[in-house]
Amino acid sequence: MALVLTDDQKMIRDSADGFFKTEAPVAQHRKLRDDHDATGFDRGTWAKMAEMGFAGVLVPEEHGGAGFGHVAAGLIMEAIGRNLSAAPMLSTAVLGTTALVTGGTPEQQAKYLPLIAEGKRLFALAADEASRHSPAQVATTATPSGNGFKLNGTKGFVLDGHVADTLIVAARTAGETSDKDGITLFLVDAKSAGISTERRSLIDSRNAARVTFEDVQVDGADVLGEVGGGFAILEKMLDAGRACLAAEMLGVSSESFTRTIDYLKQREQFGQKIGSFQALQHRAAHLFCEVELARSATLRSLVALDEKDERASLFASLAKAKSGEVAKLATNEGVQMHGGIGMTDDFDIGFYMKRARAAQETFGDVAFQGDRLARMMGY
Amino acid sequence: MADLEQFRAETRAWLEANCPAEMRLPIARDADVCWGGRGVQFTGEAQKTWLERMGAKGWTVPEWPKAYGGGGLTKDEAKVLGSEMRRIKARSPLSSFGIWMLGPALLKYGNEEQKLEHLPKIARGEIRWCQGYSEPGAGSDLASLRTSAEDKGDHYLVNGQKVWTSYADKADWIFCLVRTDPAAAKHLGISFLLFDMASPGVSTSPIKLISGASPFCQTFFDDVKVPKNNLMGEAGKGWDIAKYLLTHEREMIGDTEMGGRDSVSDIARKTLGLENAILSDTGLRTDVVRHEINAWAFALTMERVKDEAKAGQGVGALSSMLKYFGTELNKDRQQLLMSIAGSDGLTWAGKTEGEGDLARGWLRSRANSIEGGTSEINLNIIAKRVLELPGA
Repeated sequence: MALVLTDDQKMIRDSADGFFKTEAPVAQHRKLRDDHDATGFDRGTWAKMAEMGFAGVLVPEEHGGAGFGHVAAGLIMEAIGRNLSAAPMLSTAVLGTTALVTGGTPEQQAKYLPLIAEGKRLFALAADEASRHSPAQVATTATPSGNGFKLNGTKGFVLDGHVADTLIVAARTAGETSDKDGITLFLVDAKSAGISTERRSLIDSRNAARVTFEDVQVDGADVLGEVGGGFAILEKMLDAGRACLAAEMLGVSSESFTRTIDYLKQREQFGQKIGSFQALQHRAAHLFCEVELARSATLRSLVALDEKDERASLFASLAKAKSGEVAKLATNEGVQMHGGIGMTDDFDIGFYMKRARAAQETFGDVAFQGDRLARMMGY
Repeated sequence: MADLEQFRAETRAWLEANCPAEMRLPIARDADVCWGGRGVQFTGEAQKTWLERMGAKGWTVPEWPKAYGGGGLTKDEAKVLGSEMRRIKARSPLSSFGIWMLGPALLKYGNEEQKLEHLPKIARGEIRWCQGYSEPGAGSDLASLRTSAEDKGDHYLVNGQKVWTSYADKADWIFCLVRTDPAAAKHLGISFLLFDMASPGVSTSPIKLISGASPFCQTFFDDVKVPKNNLMGEAGKGWDIAKYLLTHEREMIGDTEMGGRDSVSDIARKTLGLENAILSDTGLRTDVVRHEINAWAFALTMERVKDEAKAGQGVGALSSMLKYFGTELNKDRQQLLMSIAGSDGLTWAGKTEGEGDLARGWLRSRANSIEGGTSEINLNIIAKRVLELPGA
């Protein structure tokens, strides 16, 4: 597939842009924060996202989804990035769907996928234990018990974990703490006895819970994929998540950039628009190039997922690394070029920097992706 | 698509039959690159045959019309030809400023007589061209150029000096920016002239660079008579042609710096070796991977720009972006290769031929972000034309 959007994809892009700009703009993000909203996002907006086909963008049509694919999912995530829209798109529509499509039994798929597409069930991935993303580092245990397993351990960075209906839990059924083999994924009802959830608000006003499992009993039918073979599914989930986060960060970068360029054209000092100063022009022009590079890498990673390209993991890491680096630059420059006003809470530009910081950390930053990329390339 | 597959099969067969074995070996020395021209000195029969055969088919310039010596291929066919050539590692039969720079401008701005006169000779590699743009007082501020062309009725009388004229001492003809109207505003008094370097009054003098090589010259014009019909486009409209041509040049510089080379990581792996499956020098490994991320994202951007152009979605004014990023990336690559080589990279001359090439390549690459519009000029262009920032 060429690196251009099809007509259908352009329509999805335009409808996503229009939707988030009117239904979930930055003002909504600000209000949710100021109200200390218990959910952290607007459930009404999420219901509308389901109607638009966004929640089911990756859900196959036979399970009631739109089945538009990853390029489309990326376009939705990009619009979310531009508007800083809070929604369980990543945790449920991307990670939840990918988990079920990749590793789910026909029964699990039939049970959950339609609910995802309808926006009626929220998922959260409970995988990370270390503060630096390291997906194989799983100390949480699943020990045989009755006709299933008992889970024990603590997960540290469970996005949307405070509102999730179902947790996708990575636990160790065999091996040592950092082994890729021996990890098993479980679909666990978040209300199960023995689960305690502590909500943490993050700098970007999103939520990641610390979830503790104490002798949580799960059924054998709740295993996702093979016992001991969960890592491969987890990697597929994370790659879809990385590519979609790259797309979201692309939206963050391009909106932060656009707002900054507008400001350079308005703000006057020394009797002239500050955008006429070469010191700022060259940095702005450099940033323009960087955003274009992030766009190419991101689009390639999404196309690779749709095409089931064997290098999909490689491209996911490339996109996450490049888009993350660019988001950092774009939002840092955004605040700097806005000057003092960029430091004020009244002004929105700081929100973009906060979201960029959190999105970069999620599922591995530039250093993590770079190391992963190099290993895949054999160095 | 069936037609394209048939074209691929025919092309493959033709290349198999016609590309000499020697022309499928990697380029080892400067002389292996064929620049053509009146004074061409082939390395051997194979290089000569290869140029003649490709020139006869018009495949040195696959997309130019057949009437002007081109191959008359569609974009897709040309892509197939390129991929089939890469498949057998065929060398490019001809390197030429005529192909890369003048040709596209001639096709757009030249009159019929000029196209028929010059394009076929470029395609067959019979005439080697050089570019007369920069002057001692007109570098980044190119439009302030002062080489004059005085209207003498049937001819122009050209006087002045050019600098950084690549291979002027080896070129047969020059395409040259001259001032025909000293009274007009600086961008409006410029015209685009084509003339023979063998004309009386033309002289050249090579400039030695920090790399030790002398690819550039100073070029002097002392009462050079140029027939009026060698004016390309209208008098006073030369700046438009100059800009058009620079756009092509920038895309080319950005593009050719990338293709068909070993990646930095491959070189690092071979040179430094692995330890526990990762590069033994972990500090350099970080630099290598950061470079490769950028190189990859840049290559994907080149691909996307081409795909978008093909789909009729011009991204607009992107040549400056590609030139800026492509050349900065190449400089970064050359610096990294020097770091990977360590003290070996410092060799200037040794017992065997080729020692010192790495250092020379690094030094040569420093010019990438200067020639054809500096990085700073390209950033200015992006700021002005794409971002529409004030006063730029």
